[in-house]
Amino acid sequence: MQQIVNFIIRNKSFLLFLFLFLVSLGFTIQSHSFHKSKFVNSANFLTGGVYTMSNNFSDYFGLKQQNILLQEENNTLKSLLYNSKNTKDSVFIDSTRFNKTYRFISGQVIRNSYSKTNNVILINKGEADSLDQDFGVITSKGILGIIEKTSAHNATVLSILNTTTRISAQLKKTNHFGTISWNAKSPKYIQLTEIPQIAPVIIGDTIITSGRSAIFPKGVPVGTVANFNLDTAENYYEITVELFNDMTDLEHVYIIENTNKNTLKTLLNNRDD
Amino acid sequence: MTSILSINTVRFVVLLLLQVLVLSNINFLGYINPHLYILFILLFPVKNNRMTIIFLSFLLGLSIDMFLDTGGINAAASVAIAYIRPVALKFSFGALYDHQSIKFSTTELGQRITYISILTIIHHFIFFSLEVFNFSKILLILQNTLYSSIFTILLCVLITIIFSRKKKK
Repeated sequence: MQQIVNFIIRNKSFLLFLFLFLVSLGFTIQSHSFHKSKFVNSANFLTGGVYTMSNNFSDYFGLKQQNILLQEENNTLKSLLYNSKNTKDSVFIDSTRFNKTYRFISGQVIRNSYSKTNNVILINKGEADSLDQDFGVITSKGILGIIEKTSAHNATVLSILNTTTRISAQLKKTNHFGTISWNAKSPKYIQLTEIPQIAPVIIGDTIITSGRSAIFPKGVPVGTVANFNLDTAENYYEITVELFNDMTDLEHVYIIENTNKNTLKTLLNNRDD
Repeated sequence: MTSILSINTVRFVVLLLLQVLVLSNINFLGYINPHLYILFILLFPVKNNRMTIIFLSFLLGLSIDMFLDTGGINAAASVAIAYIRPVALKFSFGALYDHQSIKFSTTELGQRITYISILTIIHHFIFFSLEVFNFSKILLILQNTLYSSIFTILLCVLITIIFSRKKKK
């Protein structure tokens, strides 16, 4: 017993180091698995407050650019609205599929990150605006990510530039679907895999979300095909997708709530049992 | 004693805010960021208890992790360099460390650069290993370590020079 106590006293700094190192390693491993960063995240009162404050200043520098972006979006929406009234022909417009099952909440990015391998974005809406885990987040141009953690007034978003994020996507012209992920190389490109070899892929094709999960509706734009080749087994395409979004310059975002999500979940769970 | 405490408290808060609000958003050439906050660990008084510095560096690293949503990688790397700091001190300052009489403002520039470089490179290597978390991408880890280390070392040396001159006058 005496020896054990002596050992602990002699090596107390090493033991403290070992303990703290293992604790931080634990946090690290937790953060590398999807939806598991429980304690250490920026959606809390203190860090959210600091970022909100600093964002209040830095907002002004991008005002002009953001105004132009919003104006462009208004422009597209207006043209959709007026054109759909006049021409009720067979032209298919994706936005008509966004029916009432999806509720949109607007928000703002208060901290963006894109240079790490697992990027997380902080937004200024939280539980007070009825946000919850697994809501989708998009911008006027395209897909952005999925909500991971919420606090009263902030939420963290797992960006598509995160190696743990997986989102179902498809070709716009056909219904061949696959999974998008990120290989951590460039914030401009993401990877779309599991598209069957039979799909007619051409460089420049548009990629949209497939609506196969309860998070995103079908038809949210993702990007265009920049490059593609067959995988080693020659069964599936590995497609490099150039994003519509400039992930390094984000300000206004829209959060999508699927009001039927719980119904869908219970339905799927019952089937699995 | 109180001045040491207050200086280090101020340094802790200032470096934390500087890191998360400014330095982590530089993204030079797309991904290179300096990690200046380790200056707190580097300049912590030598005479003080080893347990204190290990614990404080954990606290600093974890606060930065909380701001940057990086899990625990800053905490792990900081704790590691806080633990091996005595070895680096002994290696770069030699006899001075044995007498426990190091004052960073009076040490030679060459010795100081050696000391800063050793700990910075170790910190960055652990940091990027944990961030990438995939040893098949060892080249990416080494590349990030090299570039970010250069940036950090430069900034650290510059700042220690600027702040030590004031004291001499």
